[in-house]
Amino acid sequence: MSQIIKVGMADLNICVSPDGITTLGLGSCVGIAVRDPVTKIGGLAHIMLPDSTEIKNNTNIPKFADTGIEELIKQIVAKGASRSRLVAKIAGGAQMFAFQTANTSMRVGDRNVQATLKKLKEMNIPVLAQDTGDSYGRTVIFYPENGNFVIRAVGKPEKII
Amino acid sequence: MGDLSLDDLSNQYFDVLKELGNIGAGNATTALAQMIGTKVDMSVPQVRLLDFKDVGDMMGGAEQIMAGIYLAVEGDIDGSIMFLLGKVAARHLVDKLMGTGHKDDDAEFDEVELSALKEVGNIITGSYLNSLSMMTNLKLVPSIPFVAIDMAGAILSVPAIQFGMMGDKILLIENQFFDEVKLSGYFIMLPDVDGYKKILSSLGITGIEL
Repeated sequence: MSQIIKVGMADLNICVSPDGITTLGLGSCVGIAVRDPVTKIGGLAHIMLPDSTEIKNNTNIPKFADTGIEELIKQIVAKGASRSRLVAKIAGGAQMFAFQTANTSMRVGDRNVQATLKKLKEMNIPVLAQDTGDSYGRTVIFYPENGNFVIRAVGKPEKII
Repeated sequence: MGDLSLDDLSNQYFDVLKELGNIGAGNATTALAQMIGTKVDMSVPQVRLLDFKDVGDMMGGAEQIMAGIYLAVEGDIDGSIMFLLGKVAARHLVDKLMGTGHKDDDAEFDEVELSALKEVGNIITGSYLNSLSMMTNLKLVPSIPFVAIDMAGAILSVPAIQFGMMGDKILLIENQFFDEVKLSGYFIMLPDVDGYKKILSSLGITGIEL
């Protein structure tokens, strides 16, 4: 019996095929799905903020793109995945309100996406696909079995990247 | 952002918010009744301090479709203020306000209806801001309202991220209004770090090292 593991806001978890992993209602946060296509071990992080070093109160590892991605990779590798085979897909980073465009600290959606891409590049993990930006929320489901990253939004057809 | 953790500050601020919730909700109820032209009752507001992961659940799930109305606040403190209500409740209020009769619960909002919804948010958040302003003697000036209709989790990511710079929890006031139906509204206020300090010190709560 396969199941779908749930990841909350500022949270991460790993899963092994045939299980899938999901996070609901990504707004300005970013969902980062990573898998090893051979062992079919994968995981998903739901980060809220770009950089743990900008903030003093930074002990919550999955909250930040930098520390969250490192931890996600660590857990996936510890489960038996090959570090060198890992690939990623990302989604989220929307700007939910038009107001957010004016003020840079409010454009956190963009900053989350940039920080995520930068961290994945630093760690040599290729980003195979992304569905980011715009102004709507996304629910995502990731299947390490085939790497499908299913994206649902209100009033839009389901999309697989 | 300084060394302030919202998690430490929560006790004093909790009490302030409770009081604000009571007065603000009272004023908001009156304003709402005047706006839609019927009697509106309310229950005692609940102030909640939630972990991020539990926020969506309390509103009926992170995928629950909500209307969020968001305003920036300037003046003596900088910050923002948000009012959320379920899509069905939003539809009910807009139909009442427009006097167009009840549309289907799933009907999308057109431009005029979105403006009406912004106005609802404007009046309700204005009631809270006035209450806070009177309690604290601080000058608070709201921006024009912005609206989003989307999944609760997605809308809440905006205030959650702002809370996330200070701690790992989010503070919100839950209000229930009743006219012929029950309308649950959620109110979130986000002063910046200096704003918390100013609000607390203007209420005579001092000695907090920020």
